[in-house]
Amino acid sequence: MRRAPFLNRWLFFALVVAAIAIFMDHDYYYTLLNFIGIYTLLVVGLNLLLGYAGQISLGHAAFFGLGAYTSGILTATCGVNPWLALVAGLAVSGGAAFLIGIPALKLRGYYLAMATLGFGIIVYIILNEAQGLTGGPSGLTGIPSLALGSFALNTPRRLYLLIWITLGLILYLSANLVDSRTGRAIRALHDSEAAAESLGVDTFRLKLKIFVWSALYASLAGSLYAHALNFIAPASFGFMFSIKLVTMVVLGGMASIWGSLLGAGVLTVLPEALVVFHDFEVVIFGAILMVVMIFMPRGLVRGILDLYEFRRYKREGGVVSS
Amino acid sequence: MLTADNILLSLHQVSLAFGGLQAVEQVSFEVPAGAIKAVIGPNGAGKTTLFNLVTGFLAPQQGRIVFQGREIQGRPAHRLARQGIARTFQLVQLFDHMTVLENVMVGRHRLSRGGLLAGAVQFPWTRAEEKEIQTKAMEALEFVGLADRARQPAAILPLGLKRMLEIARALASAPTLLLLDEPASGLDAVETDRLQKLVLNLRGRGITILLVEHDMGLTMEVADTIAVLNYGRLIADGPPRAIQQNPEVIEAYLGTDWQT
Repeated sequence: MRRAPFLNRWLFFALVVAAIAIFMDHDYYYTLLNFIGIYTLLVVGLNLLLGYAGQISLGHAAFFGLGAYTSGILTATCGVNPWLALVAGLAVSGGAAFLIGIPALKLRGYYLAMATLGFGIIVYIILNEAQGLTGGPSGLTGIPSLALGSFALNTPRRLYLLIWITLGLILYLSANLVDSRTGRAIRALHDSEAAAESLGVDTFRLKLKIFVWSALYASLAGSLYAHALNFIAPASFGFMFSIKLVTMVVLGGMASIWGSLLGAGVLTVLPEALVVFHDFEVVIFGAILMVVMIFMPRGLVRGILDLYEFRRYKREGGVVSS
Repeated sequence: MLTADNILLSLHQVSLAFGGLQAVEQVSFEVPAGAIKAVIGPNGAGKTTLFNLVTGFLAPQQGRIVFQGREIQGRPAHRLARQGIARTFQLVQLFDHMTVLENVMVGRHRLSRGGLLAGAVQFPWTRAEEKEIQTKAMEALEFVGLADRARQPAAILPLGLKRMLEIARALASAPTLLLLDEPASGLDAVETDRLQKLVLNLRGRGITILLVEHDMGLTMEVADTIAVLNYGRLIADGPPRAIQQNPEVIEAYLGTDWQT
């Protein structure tokens, strides 16, 4: 594994997060960063499943939605403590992933894609139709903000620290995971299920575990999202969002923890930045995606690292270093 | 049925048909502990199917497979692997996106226990286990002579070394029984020579070996006994000398001009 070109990436991450919190003073940017943080949580989870384990999910927005709605309904309607509601959300999403995963993960490739897609659509329809519970298409309002004791996390800046510290922790845990015994088994079943089985890896159980694990990330992101916006509606958890998550994974880089951050960041910021093009926004957005995927098929992080290595290679007079 | 103590693996009347094709028919043989047994036969004779039956990738429709005194037919591959049956593949199956060392580290899977949470949190015992995994994996790489390639991506190795890596990976799982599916195919003479030494060294470590091979030189050289399959049926089973002179084998497989 090649190392990223800075000494300790975790220290770097912490310093940047802290520096932003100290020096930046603009709620709009905090809101944007909060979205990036929440989406990155989702994308890292999906990347573990898609990039590392090689199992596609086209219904990941559903787990995001289950987390958000469990938190939303329990706090806004039932008055449950938000942290407790968050844990309940994890249980609901994890449980759903477990039940869906048992039949779905026996399928492969396109069939697994179809099964998860179907699940996503079912959840989306339920969120719309169960109006008594979810508020239907017009959404669920009155979700309280999170609070640490008496300190309400009710401004984008306060929430920013919670989200990005959580994200840092999740990124750290995920990076550890992919480099561990189980992480290697997960990557192994991606390359050859037969070989993994022949070494004692119960590939079906492992796929199920990583599917549930990945759904937990999505649920956590959903709960944070619900409390950040104080309002949720089914439109945020539909099929298009599932596709957008897959795009973030692929753009940032399959099987790349840091790529998840970059993929989520770019795809969140880009539409904002492209607003100046008005009607052509979507066209330019699509063109950028195409160009990146053609010239950096392994994603942005890998692509940029390759550029860096290539320049160093040329500078050193063509001496190959491995 | 009673089996002698030193029989590690035995097949009893094992049959499997794919639709109308009888891939393996009423095959019975025994592999004594510590022996090298070869299975030969023309292409399509059912050798690989037999391997898949023993390693749990396929379940027989009839018959029993007994390993260490227990019936194992129909058990899933990963459970048999955990009981100490390791294998290589006719078409090399490496984890291409991982390094040479990481490939072999997966071989330690059955002998370690860190799960998702342990991997993410990295408890002290997880780190200790990780070190142990790495040490044992390096030992296996040294055994096959690949230690200097440890940090390279597995995908860039030449075929000969890929086959060595597959053996190292299987070896890291400390198997009791190792099945090698055509380990010499695609290798040149020098590599085949190295392979031959390696197979004998593996037996020296007390590993029982079941070998499918087309390279007759290698097979005759290393095998203690040879089973010959033809159209899914066992047509001969015995020491190399006897097999070479068996008229049925000569007709079916070796050819009448095969002499050394």
